[in-house]
Amino acid sequence: MAGQTLYDKLWSRHLVKERDDGTALIYIDRHLLHEVTSPQAFEGLRLAGRKPWRLDTNLATPDHNVPTTLKERAEGNAGIVDPVSRIQVETLDDNCTSFGIEEFRINDARQGIVHVVGPEQGATQPGMTVVCGDSHTATHGAFGALAHGIGTSEVEHVLATQCLIQRKMKNMQVRVEGELGLGVTAKDIVLAVIGKIGTAGGTGYAIEFAGSAIRDLSMEGRMTICNMAIEAGARVGLVAVDETTVEYLRRRPFAPSEEYWDAAVADWRELVSDDDAPFDKVVELDAAEIEPQVTWGTSPEMVAGVGAQVPDPAAAGDETVQRGVSRALEYMGLHAGQQITDIQLDKVFIGSCTNSRIEDLREAAKVAKGRKVADSIQLAMVVPGSGLVKRQAEEEGLDKIFLEAGFEWREPGCSMCLAMNADKLGTGEHCASTSNRNFEGRQGYGGRTHLVSPAMAAAAAIAGHFVDVRDFGAERAANDDSQVQEA
Amino acid sequence: MRQFDRHQGLVAPMDRANVDTDLIIPKQFLKSIKRTGFGPNLFDELRYLDEGYPGQDVANRPLNPDFVLNQTRYQGASVLLARRNFGCGSSREHAPWALEDFGFRVIIAPSFADIFFNNAFKNGLLLITFDEATVDRLFREAEAEEGYRLDVDLEKQQVTTPSGEVLTFEVDSFRKHCLLEGLDDIGLTLKDADAIDDFEKRHRQARPWLFRQAG
Repeated sequence: MAGQTLYDKLWSRHLVKERDDGTALIYIDRHLLHEVTSPQAFEGLRLAGRKPWRLDTNLATPDHNVPTTLKERAEGNAGIVDPVSRIQVETLDDNCTSFGIEEFRINDARQGIVHVVGPEQGATQPGMTVVCGDSHTATHGAFGALAHGIGTSEVEHVLATQCLIQRKMKNMQVRVEGELGLGVTAKDIVLAVIGKIGTAGGTGYAIEFAGSAIRDLSMEGRMTICNMAIEAGARVGLVAVDETTVEYLRRRPFAPSEEYWDAAVADWRELVSDDDAPFDKVVELDAAEIEPQVTWGTSPEMVAGVGAQVPDPAAAGDETVQRGVSRALEYMGLHAGQQITDIQLDKVFIGSCTNSRIEDLREAAKVAKGRKVADSIQLAMVVPGSGLVKRQAEEEGLDKIFLEAGFEWREPGCSMCLAMNADKLGTGEHCASTSNRNFEGRQGYGGRTHLVSPAMAAAAAIAGHFVDVRDFGAERAANDDSQVQEA
Repeated sequence: MRQFDRHQGLVAPMDRANVDTDLIIPKQFLKSIKRTGFGPNLFDELRYLDEGYPGQDVANRPLNPDFVLNQTRYQGASVLLARRNFGCGSSREHAPWALEDFGFRVIIAPSFADIFFNNAFKNGLLLITFDEATVDRLFREAEAEEGYRLDVDLEKQQVTTPSGEVLTFEVDSFRKHCLLEGLDDIGLTLKDADAIDDFEKRHRQARPWLFRQAG
């Protein structure tokens, strides 16, 4: 018998029942909730007179609507200026209270972006099925967990039944072998992957990221990669369990207790694809060839190395693709042949469930240290992914590095990734953003988003336009590593 | 869920690939805690020339005359013809809620994003996938002929064009069954409550750490 992939193993561990029509009931171990996609699900439960199947699997925190300025946050929910946003956060609080669900509220130190909070608490563990009404739930696959986003109907379904009706996906392996160049990060890997396979390349697949370049990444880097699997069309991104995974989880609040730790770790170590496991599709990348990436268009697949030029629509695939590229360039206010490094920026956003963890902030701080944000930049903001990330960064002195350089240091939340709170772009503004989507209007009406890594965003803030972080003191930053840690 | 068996409706062709969920319903409208009322803000940034906000009366907003759904000939459209990878991006169910609330019942495209596809069926929308060449042809016909309507029969899995041409489509049997009957997934799953209970017991025995809270 052929071996099993990691995805196959996770699937069979959670299979409650296969139905004749090819669908299956899959048991859910962890359900994360936030304020945007849950109110209608709770309302549905109430209307049907149903109760949550199992309370202890649920963990909630508000993240999309929360303000990120200290002044507003000091007032708790009352500090949310937009009444519609405030009602949504209050509704989550009310629902969690009345149904008995654990919630980290707005000013709990553990509050943050749900995809930062889950792993940080150890609430995301290898071998779990993890779902959330949010497409970036793919993030948690970095732990060898089967994790994907669901809609509100499914949020209600999981609350009521602890299961989802699923069809098995196909298996894709993305192998990244070799060593990344200095200044090139996990974000650049995943943007390069999306550039290669396209935003629909992973549709219908669970993507396992493998190869030596992935093994060499920290958990933070692996989360960045799995987070954006959905931007390649795949609901699920996965990385096999190894020592890095186990060490990350040790002694986290929700991690297995001493009593079960050894048994859990032994169980987790099985969560790798067998050597002879068949994949339906394999994509290979050479890590050494990956440049720092910058998106120039309105879809994450519209991406290029920082040394490249904005492409010519006429040279871009079929007629539908050409029209898409033309429209994107018009929206972005760019022209074919323009150097990526000539794109002038108005704002810089370092944050989001893709890049707001401690390692991301360290990378950005290395570049920002001892430098100043360019005068032409109206706003450069750093938004930590959680209260605990913020605290850790402050203990390391990163907040001071950012503040001295002219960045704003904010309170945790989704912030300008999707601009549901007050943090947004104005029409026509260009933003270097460490988030995950450069869709039209995503960061604000008429806003122009360029997706980059934290180091690239920090370098762009200093220069006022995109620069190759490798020519921008990446070497110096590497040498300064220990100093930043001790600062 | 609203039942779907057969539908005949005016076709609106939206000639754009990778229509994402932010385009279908921009984030400022996700703040609602209701499932209804999203229709007036469907494709908000394409439909109107100004920036929309929740709770606003859309009647006085300037319409973008170039946008397909604003053209007189497509008023009352209930079948949306779209390009590849429709619905990519977020898992927000507000996207299908907005399409349904606007009056769409059927969306035809060469491909759809996974999460959107799943969400749409749970809200009584029928999503049909045809190959690129067929979709291309439907685009040409719908653009050429004013009042172009399609007759969609889910039971027979057929789409009939005004010229009488019959196109058959594939649909997942479970989704078809739920749509035809207007069935609620949760009720169906709870029929298997015993199987879930049994699984949970075995799961707890094999991996007890999954059943412990922070301590």
